[in-house]
Amino acid sequence: MEAVNTHADHGHHDRGHDDHDHKPTGLKRWLMSTNHKDIGTMYLWFSFFMFIVGGIMALVIRSELFQPGLQIVKPEFFNSMTTYHGLIMVFGAIMPAFVGFANWLIPMQIGAADMAFPRMNNLSFWLLPPAAFLLIGAQFAPGGGAGVGWTLYAPLSTQAGPAMDLTIFAIHILGMSSIMGSINIITTLLNMRAPGMALMKMPMFCWTWLITAYLLVAVMPVLAGAVTMTLTDRHFGTHFFNAAGGGDPVLYQHIFWFFGHPEVYIIAIPAFGVVSQVIPAFSRKPLFGYASMVYATASIAILSFMVWAHHMYTAGMPVQAQLYFMYATVLIAVPTGVKVFNWVATMWRGSLTFETPMLFAIGFLFLFTLGGFTGLVLSITPVDVQLHDTYYVVAHFHYVMVAGALFSAFAGIYFWLPKWTGRMYDEKLGRIHFWLSLVFFNLTFFVQHFLGLAGMPRRIPDYALQFAEFNAISSVGAFGFGFSQLLFLYIVIKTITSGEKAPDRPWEGADSLEWTHLPSPAPFHSFVEPPVIK
Amino acid sequence: MINKRANNRMMTRLSIFAAGMFGFGFLLVPFYEKICEVTGVNNLIKPAVAVVNTQVDVSRWVSMEFDANAHGLNWEFKPVQRTMKVHPGEMVQVEYDVTNKGDRATVGQAIPSYGPNHAGPFVRKLECFCFKQQLLQAGETKRMPVQFVLDGGLPADLNTITLSYTFFEVQGASLKPTKADGVNS
Amino acid sequence: MRNLGVNKWIFAVASLLSSVAAWAEYNLNLQTPHTLLGQKIYDLHTIVTIICVIIFVGVFGFMFYAVFHHRKSVGHKAAQFHENTAVEVAWTLIPFVILIALAIPATGTLITMRDTTEADITIKATGYQWKWGYDYLKGEGASISFYSTLSTPRAQIDGDDVAGRQANPHYLLETDNNVVVPVGKKIRILTTAADVIHAWYVPALSVKQDAVPGFIRDTWFKAEQPGIYRGQCAELCGKQHGFMPIVVEVMTAEKYTAWVASQQTKAVAAKVDPDKNWTLAELKTQGEKVFGQNCAACHQATGMGVPGAFPALSGSKVVNGPQQDQIKLLLNGKQGTAMNSFKHLSDVELASVITYTRNSWSNHTGEAISSASIKAQR
Repeated sequence: MEAVNTHADHGHHDRGHDDHDHKPTGLKRWLMSTNHKDIGTMYLWFSFFMFIVGGIMALVIRSELFQPGLQIVKPEFFNSMTTYHGLIMVFGAIMPAFVGFANWLIPMQIGAADMAFPRMNNLSFWLLPPAAFLLIGAQFAPGGGAGVGWTLYAPLSTQAGPAMDLTIFAIHILGMSSIMGSINIITTLLNMRAPGMALMKMPMFCWTWLITAYLLVAVMPVLAGAVTMTLTDRHFGTHFFNAAGGGDPVLYQHIFWFFGHPEVYIIAIPAFGVVSQVIPAFSRKPLFGYASMVYATASIAILSFMVWAHHMYTAGMPVQAQLYFMYATVLIAVPTGVKVFNWVATMWRGSLTFETPMLFAIGFLFLFTLGGFTGLVLSITPVDVQLHDTYYVVAHFHYVMVAGALFSAFAGIYFWLPKWTGRMYDEKLGRIHFWLSLVFFNLTFFVQHFLGLAGMPRRIPDYALQFAEFNAISSVGAFGFGFSQLLFLYIVIKTITSGEKAPDRPWEGADSLEWTHLPSPAPFHSFVEPPVIK
Repeated sequence: MINKRANNRMMTRLSIFAAGMFGFGFLLVPFYEKICEVTGVNNLIKPAVAVVNTQVDVSRWVSMEFDANAHGLNWEFKPVQRTMKVHPGEMVQVEYDVTNKGDRATVGQAIPSYGPNHAGPFVRKLECFCFKQQLLQAGETKRMPVQFVLDGGLPADLNTITLSYTFFEVQGASLKPTKADGVNS
Repeated sequence: MRNLGVNKWIFAVASLLSSVAAWAEYNLNLQTPHTLLGQKIYDLHTIVTIICVIIFVGVFGFMFYAVFHHRKSVGHKAAQFHENTAVEVAWTLIPFVILIALAIPATGTLITMRDTTEADITIKATGYQWKWGYDYLKGEGASISFYSTLSTPRAQIDGDDVAGRQANPHYLLETDNNVVVPVGKKIRILTTAADVIHAWYVPALSVKQDAVPGFIRDTWFKAEQPGIYRGQCAELCGKQHGFMPIVVEVMTAEKYTAWVASQQTKAVAAKVDPDKNWTLAELKTQGEKVFGQNCAACHQATGMGVPGAFPALSGSKVVNGPQQDQIKLLLNGKQGTAMNSFKHLSDVELASVITYTRNSWSNHTGEAISSASIKAQR
């Protein structure tokens, strides 16, 4: 095959070549796809769609909170919005986005022809739309969506209406999809690497996904267990979380957060991976401390299993347990700090340029670190007891999730868009998108720190008057942030339809296989014969 | 290059691991109960195995508070005596009054709870109405005893302990007294 | 990034100057603590925040130096180093040491925070959907017991009385019955709940404790000055989660004693009062108030309920049917629904609210319910 060993520097592919790749056409191409690139594309579009749905829900929340008083929605609908905004953004938008990256990039970066199990890959993706359908459809169940918070705490969740059952099934399906996706990724990374591609030579993005996939296989089943127990408590007379039958509502929280804390890193670690590809490329300098980066990521993953109860400091546990969880949580700051220092050191004495991917990566670095520091504040138990379930926590995790994971996903999309589509995005519009996102993001979430410090609880549809100014600012910011993302959609569509032709290696410092060995756009079938790695 | 056998072997292993983790989720339930039992948090409805330390420590006073709640059933439930000073090691008996204010016979189960919750393991209950389900006919009133000893190993800084009970309705329980009495945990 | 820089700067200054009273007005920091423990927590937060700000400025000082001086456009050539063991060991160990230094004061504060022994007064706070119940268990005032619901009028919340809302300094943070405690005494709060998990949270007293159904948890505070401290339920507990405030009134010892006496007289008075004969009109007026505080959240002031979630009372079969059935429903609640038992209301209150529902909207039964008939069915 010609794609093999085609160094980007010599030789362009003639357009007709792709036709020999047996690329199916029409609906069948997508429904029956076993091609990692097509499946990756579908994951990315699906996650963007869910991002819009979850974003609209966020805007409903922020509209209601623009002013004190109940204006637009009823409290039960408001609760349903906070619940499904969280579930959809976490399980429908951010996670599938990074699985999309994994599908597109892992085979190309390790020199494999495709994922290890292409048909299972197809199934993993096509499980998502039914789950999304259930989550969105839950809004129309009798009694409306389940207003229980994305954490689905019992016994509120055992009390909720039929929407709760739809939600539980959706989580089961999403869980299965994630587990299958992860098994695929692990097998691909461990068994399908091209000769010479040692584990410690893999691009950082592959390493972060290897670790993430293990986390997913370990904790998604635990979440499935927790919601299954909720389901049987609701319908089959079990008493896992019901004190009346000898159960304990707090047990749910333990099981949930045993999943939930690693989940935070399931979202964050692939984001670290993307940023670890982007920053060296635009610094024209290798990633600083590759080995320590791998070890730091692995230790974050391991530590994430040992700190779950820091989400439950006010739920009641022995003081010794609180002390242990405080120390363990504080400890996570060490490997996280190592990563941040490594990225800064990668930029240090580089030859920096600031194209859109780099802007988003720097935005990630700056704001994710800020979110990390508020996390450190929250890890101190006595302070957390003050701030738990207030807007301070809301601000904290949106810094980590939005400015962290989402900015990193934007960085990745702008970075790889030329490779995926063969066309360049509009640099000027990309930069505008970055600056709008940055300004409006901070307008939305920075003031929420103050709300939380002053004592505004989260998940309330109406609030006391002293919180009015900051809420108004936050709502304005949220609308700005939301509408800025339409610009992003426009940029992507413009790139696909009329972007300038991209060179095979548009970024001077990018050095992984997809840049050095494959043309842009990457052919439908790549590395059918493995490349030779020096 | 693609080694199908190796891939399938890895998939099998990872699937077993995932299934195991699903089981582990459920395993957390007994594990949690065991931890709670050992640390005394939410120590539920089992009598103390043996009287641990019969030595009465007359040099120490512990202030006991008694509290009662009824949730989801129309029972009036209150301690006869709200507070009491006791010595560790001393055998204490207190009583609770419960009246079924509803118009039908109801079976209830009392769940004990302690404040602060790490005091739990030191309250050794020898006899308690919470060891079994209670059947009350409509309008019936019962006086129910609790017998306990405070363990001599009680930490020195623990000098106020609340013992609280909450009665929950046992849905679908048999209303025949003989059978209800036999329902023990 | 300039926008963020400014914000960060405000935040840093606010933390550093937090003792300056003027900043408190802008609510940029924790509420002014009114307990000694609260002061410790406040200081702990200030220290952690300042350390974070210093490290943040340091790290990003380096980054921005690189951004401005190591850019390609100023002709900087990339160095190709990618390892430096000494530096890497240092930036692993130094944060470790800083974190240990932080954990030490935090440990001490945490242990104090959890020491609920030697309390002067014990109060049990029970979370209900959606109100708080308080029982004074031990100490002066023992056996006082009452419910505490939001007293902000529905019209202010629903927007029918925006002017009233804007003129209300304690909008959503006011209750019909405040928790009253004496100053300078250690108050132990036991929390539990009747239905789902709630959380008892008063920021200025630095307490937050989940209320878990079936179990009790405890926390404590000792207020240093008399005053009124306001908080809210902090754990999502359903529809009216945002509408179950907590108001703690701290009084001097003498005033507290007087309050205890007045509560006890009131309890006696409540037992005599029901013999009075009420007219239909009186009951309706009284009933409208009771309805507003207890029922309107779900069944709505219009009596139309919320389709699919809360049944309409206007034209309802129960409300227009035999009065015994309605009384029974209010006394016992309905299992498996949000309709709780309202037996904690007095006979008069129940009689009046039932009379009100039976003679409002499209309901015209013309019946006045006597408090005696409530009593008979209790």
